[in-house]
Amino acid sequence: MAVEKEYKVIGTRPIRHDGVDKVTGRALYGADYQAAGLLHGRVLRSPHAHARIKSINTSRAEAYPGVKAVVTAADLTASQDKIVDLGEGAVNLKFMCDNILAREKALYKGHAVAAVAALNGHIAEEALELIDVEYEVLPSAIEVRAAMQDDAPLVHEDMKTDEMGKQSENSSNIASHFQHKKGDIEKGFAEADVVIEHDYVTGTVHQGYIEPHNASAVYNADGEITIWCSTQGAFNARGQVAEILQHPVSKVKVVPMEIGGGFGGKISVYLEPLAALLSKKSGRPVKVLMSREDVFESTGPTPASYVRVKIGATNDGRITAAEAYIAFEAGAYPGSPVGAAAMCVFSPYKIENGFIDAYDVLVNKAKTNAYRAPGSTNVAFATETIIDEICEKIGMDPIEFRLLNSAKEGDSRVDGPVFPRIGFIETVEAAKDHPHYSAPLEGKHKGRGTATGFWPNFAFKSSVSINVNPDGTISLVEGSTDIGGSRASIAMQAAEVLGISAESVHPTVVDTNSVGYTDVTGGSHTTYTTGLAAYEAAQDVKSQMIERAAKLWEVDAKEIEFADGIFRYVNGKEEEIDFKGLAEKLGQTGGPLMGRASVAPSGAGSSIGTHIVDVEVDVDTGKVEILRYTATQDAGKAIHPSYVEGQIQGGAVQGIGWALNEEYIFNEDGQMTNASFLDYRMPTSYDLPMIDAVIVEVPHPGHPFGVRGVGETPIVAPPAAIANAIYDAVGVRLTELPMSPERVLKALGKI
Amino acid sequence: MADKVHVKTVINGEAVEFLCEPRDSLLEVLRDNLMLTGAKEGCNNGNCGACSVILNGRLVNSCLVLGAEIEGKEVETVEGLAEPNKLHPIQDAFLENAALQCGVCTPGFLMAAKALLNENPNPTEHDVRFWLAGNLCRCTGYDKIVRAVLDAAETMSTEVNA
Ligand code: FES
Ligand code: FES
Repeated sequence: MAVEKEYKVIGTRPIRHDGVDKVTGRALYGADYQAAGLLHGRVLRSPHAHARIKSINTSRAEAYPGVKAVVTAADLTASQDKIVDLGEGAVNLKFMCDNILAREKALYKGHAVAAVAALNGHIAEEALELIDVEYEVLPSAIEVRAAMQDDAPLVHEDMKTDEMGKQSENSSNIASHFQHKKGDIEKGFAEADVVIEHDYVTGTVHQGYIEPHNASAVYNADGEITIWCSTQGAFNARGQVAEILQHPVSKVKVVPMEIGGGFGGKISVYLEPLAALLSKKSGRPVKVLMSREDVFESTGPTPASYVRVKIGATNDGRITAAEAYIAFEAGAYPGSPVGAAAMCVFSPYKIENGFIDAYDVLVNKAKTNAYRAPGSTNVAFATETIIDEICEKIGMDPIEFRLLNSAKEGDSRVDGPVFPRIGFIETVEAAKDHPHYSAPLEGKHKGRGTATGFWPNFAFKSSVSINVNPDGTISLVEGSTDIGGSRASIAMQAAEVLGISAESVHPTVVDTNSVGYTDVTGGSHTTYTTGLAAYEAAQDVKSQMIERAAKLWEVDAKEIEFADGIFRYVNGKEEEIDFKGLAEKLGQTGGPLMGRASVAPSGAGSSIGTHIVDVEVDVDTGKVEILRYTATQDAGKAIHPSYVEGQIQGGAVQGIGWALNEEYIFNEDGQMTNASFLDYRMPTSYDLPMIDAVIVEVPHPGHPFGVRGVGETPIVAPPAAIANAIYDAVGVRLTELPMSPERVLKALGKI
Repeated sequence: MADKVHVKTVINGEAVEFLCEPRDSLLEVLRDNLMLTGAKEGCNNGNCGACSVILNGRLVNSCLVLGAEIEGKEVETVEGLAEPNKLHPIQDAFLENAALQCGVCTPGFLMAAKALLNENPNPTEHDVRFWLAGNLCRCTGYDKIVRAVLDAAETMSTEVNA
């Protein structure tokens, strides 16, 4: 479907449509919601990682002056087992309800136990201290390998293992176990000249969006609920709230406010049902906010993991077999992204003989959630550092090795799917040709590393409608929350079709009553799927406009052509009119004109990126400094290159943070001890150089402009690339993330 | 509950009076009492800079200042950065460089950049990176933010010299 051609709008860099609002402080984010009579809500959370709740007494809090409502799990109807799909993974509704307010047990430190609405936030916080909860503290399971043992404390006493589709007899923290097999793994390893195998451990890492979760709600007397919140997907939030409150979905309206980052962490609802319940009880609008500590302890970070990878290759650099054991911490409820990890672990490569053994494991920590290419970074750290070691053993350049082994169109992944056209070779070649790769790197304790990251990308569902304005502009109505410039990238696709400028499109993100169903901004699908909906809606406008021109000229619509923004008739008489001219004449050709489309495409184009990094290791302090960073990535077709670069740069920096600093530190009771931005240290501007983002364009055949999602892939390669650079610099291979100063010094034998 | 405090101050060049609780932070006063929601709360303990404002010419985290403390002082917030119908060069530079993604950190970065350029009109990349280290951005990786501030510095010094 994709054709290489010159575009007028696509590939340019217009100012984003919501830009002025966002640089003047006028854009309204979730926490900026205000209303007359607004109450402020706060949440009481379990101080224990695992405890039975023996009793909750809220009477002192209810009597406290200024308190208007208190809710506990008793205010929520207990839910049944039921699987609902949240866009980036399915969840069990019973667990989701239980996570909103703990019922019999608190399953992690930070688990919500009660919520209060009061005249202001200070009073609400004071009231939380007046809620008396009697806990019986239980032993907790806090590390994936220990939690898998038979004698581990059980997070859920009745949890059976889904053992490759069959239910186990005994209860266990292993929620599920699955395998993928391809070819003959033993034969493959027998053919290898070199076999490398290591264990890898990665810590819990948070998405770290700067805006904490928030939700405001009005529960009207007629049962109509309106929710204002920062969410990646208003429709998904609506669905969850309706299910959790057992309320008709049509009586819940979610208004998506501007959102201050999500990265996968703002798909699950946490506060929305609480705000609704508090509003119902108090009869007033209620805004509930999380503190930063709440965000760390009570929302879904990405899992800690234990991974073992073994790869065999011949002396001439051909992979003969690859095997992975992957165990992910799901947190307190099943559903870690271990499935996605299994899709990604070997996917950049052509593997004839492969075996993947994967486990989803419960621990007494907050339920994990999606975080940018969820699962892929954990396993790429293993695969990509082993490849570096193989290359060292056989004396081959890692870039050449990747070129030799890269998966191509028609190759199948170990987990089954066959690749359509992908841009792996092209991104590797772009890395190889980049001046960074051949630049001299002089000085002691400096090193260079490379790694590749893969993400399959997803195609969800989206809707767009377009109204033609009498001044020749269009209003574009969409349901995808704009987290990083997607108003622009979607508007530009409609503009391209209609031959108008990006500025002639007025995009608006609207509530769940005002547009067709649209899935979350996640899975790297927005510019692809909602962009496709905008393309189709614009096509709809175009064909209706052609009919209007036909009416105007009293000719047959079939004989009117539209190109470069001009409608033309050339058959006997010559007529032409541009989009604006015709828009002015809508009134006399039949009245208002609107186009629309809802799409549910299958098969997003996978995305691959190859990164190069130079580091310097301070062998006295163990600190690793990033000297230079280059990231190449296949974008299919970059609609707005600045925001594609921004995704690559931002993702790479999150990967750098994961590689060097970021992790949850738990004490032996399973309590997080570093729940602040001071102690959970994310990269600052001073920790980094410029990030050179190189866009490679191998069009995705399933999109009219060739778009591939770009958001997630760039986080995958950095930890492995940096580990390989550290090895090049100081000769030690690190197998644990983050590669903090302490771990570097240990590896160097200094402490 | 303690009695409210009466505060007289100047915000974005205009005289303002308000009542607040002694414990209310400047950030709370701006957002909840005065509806100036441009300053954002990212951490409420001085570690993210999303709440940055300029107090008597100095860059501060408004979550670490009490509302009552601004009696008789002058506060500049993001809402006062642009002139009517004309953006400040730093705002233009952020738009042109695509220096924001979600934009929640942007008001803080704009105020921090303004304070930097007041003090040092010709910063190097290193100066910019050092100065902005108190402002966290999770979306951009800082590359385009640093470029925007360097661009704004250049525009502003040409404007001054012109
Ligand atoms: S909210 Fe003030 S520094 Fe984070
Ligand atoms: S643009 Fe999202 S935190 Fe900076």
